[in-house]
Amino acid sequence: MLQWLPEDVSTFGHDIDSLFYLIYYITAAVFIIVSVLMVVFLIKYRAQSGRRAVYSHGNTTLEIIWTIVPAAILIVLSFMSVSTWAKIKRFAPDSDFEIQVTAKQFNWDVVYPGADHKFGTSDDVRFDNDIHVPVNKVIRVHLGSQDVIHSFYLPNLRLRQDAVPGRTILVWFEATKPGKYELACSQLCGFGHSGMIGWLYVHSPEDYAKWAADNLSAKPQ
Amino acid sequence: MSDTAASVGYAVHGHEETGFWRTYVFSTDHKMIGRQFLFLGLFMLLIGGTLAMMVRWELAWPETAVPGFSWVPEPYMYEGVIPPQTYNALFTMHATLMIFFVVMPIMVGCFGNFLIPLMIGTRDMAFPKLNMLSFWVGAVAGVVMLSSFFVSGGPAAAGWTAYAPLSAKVQYTGVNWGQDLWILSLIILGASSLMDSINYITTIVNMRAPGMTYFRMPLTVWSLFITAILLLLALPVLTAALAMLLFDRAFGTSFFLPEGGGQPLLWQHMFWFFGHPEVYVLVLPAMGVTSDLLSTFSRKPIFGYHAMAFSMIAIAFLSWIVWGHHMFVSGMNPLLGTAFMMTTMVIAVPSAIKTFNWLGTLWGGNIRFASPMLFALGFVSNFIIGGLSGIFMASTPVDIFIHDTYYIVAHFHYVVAGIIFALFAAVYYWFPKMFGRTMNEGLGKIHFVLTYIFFNGAFFPMHFLGVAGHMRRIYNPTQYEFLLPMQHWNVFITISALLLGASQSIFLYNFIVSLFAGKKAERNPWQANTLEWSAPTPPPHGNFEVQPVVYRGPYEYSSPEVPEDWLPQDRNLGTAATARAH
Repeated sequence: MLQWLPEDVSTFGHDIDSLFYLIYYITAAVFIIVSVLMVVFLIKYRAQSGRRAVYSHGNTTLEIIWTIVPAAILIVLSFMSVSTWAKIKRFAPDSDFEIQVTAKQFNWDVVYPGADHKFGTSDDVRFDNDIHVPVNKVIRVHLGSQDVIHSFYLPNLRLRQDAVPGRTILVWFEATKPGKYELACSQLCGFGHSGMIGWLYVHSPEDYAKWAADNLSAKPQ
Repeated sequence: MSDTAASVGYAVHGHEETGFWRTYVFSTDHKMIGRQFLFLGLFMLLIGGTLAMMVRWELAWPETAVPGFSWVPEPYMYEGVIPPQTYNALFTMHATLMIFFVVMPIMVGCFGNFLIPLMIGTRDMAFPKLNMLSFWVGAVAGVVMLSSFFVSGGPAAAGWTAYAPLSAKVQYTGVNWGQDLWILSLIILGASSLMDSINYITTIVNMRAPGMTYFRMPLTVWSLFITAILLLLALPVLTAALAMLLFDRAFGTSFFLPEGGGQPLLWQHMFWFFGHPEVYVLVLPAMGVTSDLLSTFSRKPIFGYHAMAFSMIAIAFLSWIVWGHHMFVSGMNPLLGTAFMMTTMVIAVPSAIKTFNWLGTLWGGNIRFASPMLFALGFVSNFIIGGLSGIFMASTPVDIFIHDTYYIVAHFHYVVAGIIFALFAAVYYWFPKMFGRTMNEGLGKIHFVLTYIFFNGAFFPMHFLGVAGHMRRIYNPTQYEFLLPMQHWNVFITISALLLGASQSIFLYNFIVSLFAGKKAERNPWQANTLEWSAPTPPPHGNFEVQPVVYRGPYEYSSPEVPEDWLPQDRNLGTAATARAH
């Protein structure tokens, strides 16, 4: 089933996918054991005339075992998740450069800060729905929304963050492979929700330098 | 009809004769109110199911005409083609109807009403008039909700979760009256559920038959008791949130609007503070019914009765501190995300305990595969999948990727739509007691097999879509390049869903025909222990011929004390036996 995961081109994508795989194997094993037991019981203990069911009200040892074992597995899973979560959310690396993405019905408004590295100044450069970044660089996105809640979703980068009006939320990613990746809105935002598509272009350093020279500096407002 | 006449004759002994209106419409009899809730729920199931079929059609064959819907006027549909705005309204109303007007009226309203007094051995609910009012207030809520289909702008289209600010301003969705009616309907329905839950709690606390201690109550009653407490505490929060939303829409307040200083996330916190206990409101009665049926048809005591009751209590407590797991990617503080992940992992434990105890109940049984049992087993099977798939979302990093994808759609349909199996199990099982006739067993089995196959065909591949990153609530998946290779699964799911819908005609036929021409039911056709089977079939107004006295727990199947493999709760075996009994 997990072969359908979109190609992972992010630095933390591997951590997320490993957890996904781990939980998948654990739950698949539990599912198989429980289902097989259920089917075996249903066949073995089907009604037969002259036979009587076992008169049992339960077993305390079993109750303790099947309380503690799932609890232990879930606690271990929690701790493994905590470290990955902290790595993504709390210990973000220093960014190599920053962009501003503002969602609105039904477009992604992308702003580059220009030469002064500040947003909201006259040398800002705006794009609709297209984000261009160099490969292997930490990008920090200042995510906001003008109207309703949208969600900034890059499947290949394992990145999803709601864009909430009235707030700026910082997210980061580092793409590991050049290419063109789809950007989707994953929170219902109105009749144009489906098709609120943007593109993330990940360039090699040379290509990015060329793109930046053509588009960032040569586009005065 | 002679049986019915006889039972009516019996009822006349103790009660004043009631006319048509008081018997069938404004009845204060908990059994009639239960039936009214059942018919309301089944009617809404037809509408909610049809909406789902339309949603599925759009996803498999986007922007093509839905057969049979060319009569819908523009701009709601164009010669049968669903526009995006209507699509949003379809899934919004599908979820709203299924949750609030199908599962709640049937599992809580119908079976809560019908079963609580019968199972605890009393004559009626504590407040019969309040009970009647609860149904009619609920019916008004249903009418208000359905009327939103006919107002200009169409019904609510902001999702059943109605996230603000999308739901808080007309300009964001273009829906004016539809969203207001949606809010009003749910406020009214909240009042109905509140009356119900007060009634259930009062009845269970005060009116149990002599000998019916709390730990001799069937797990169905336990589940409804806990459900009523959850409803009582959760609904005021929803009502408050809905009122604030209505104020934002109509009176210019800014509870959820940032431009006026409000907080969009406040809506999510309030909604899910209600919404997560609500999930257990939906699923607990299904768990209770399943426990009772598994024990009855395995001819074996329920495995770990106390563990079952306490795990439901644990779920009820924990359900108040897990709401944040709906908000991992909402922008909530990541540390809170960590805390909510921990509580969410913990709440999986009581669910696991229940599943293992169901397996333990089957072990060593003498299992009869009647249609109620098949559906109860179907519920267990689906709950295993839905429970396990929940662990993926509980892990915050994994949730970053699968949040708001079809993975979550698969997960909650396995749990919440899986309740339909417990619902059918309950209908097949208690139909004889409710209507005095038996449903056709052969048709019931065919209905089960088809429902089970197509249910899994419809919902299991949604996991695949979710893994591929398929967002939920999108109008046209073929707009996305990365989803194109998965589109054949959308077609597969839709075909399964259409067949799942078509299979329900067998149930509808069986239900209606059995209502009028089914085989006359005996008093205790399943040879079950609980008190409702000691009452005449169908039970008259006042339920029991004599006040039942309870001597033992509800699950004494295959007890060595008697030669039969069942031992009703109210059979007196003499003092020595009573002292030993559980």
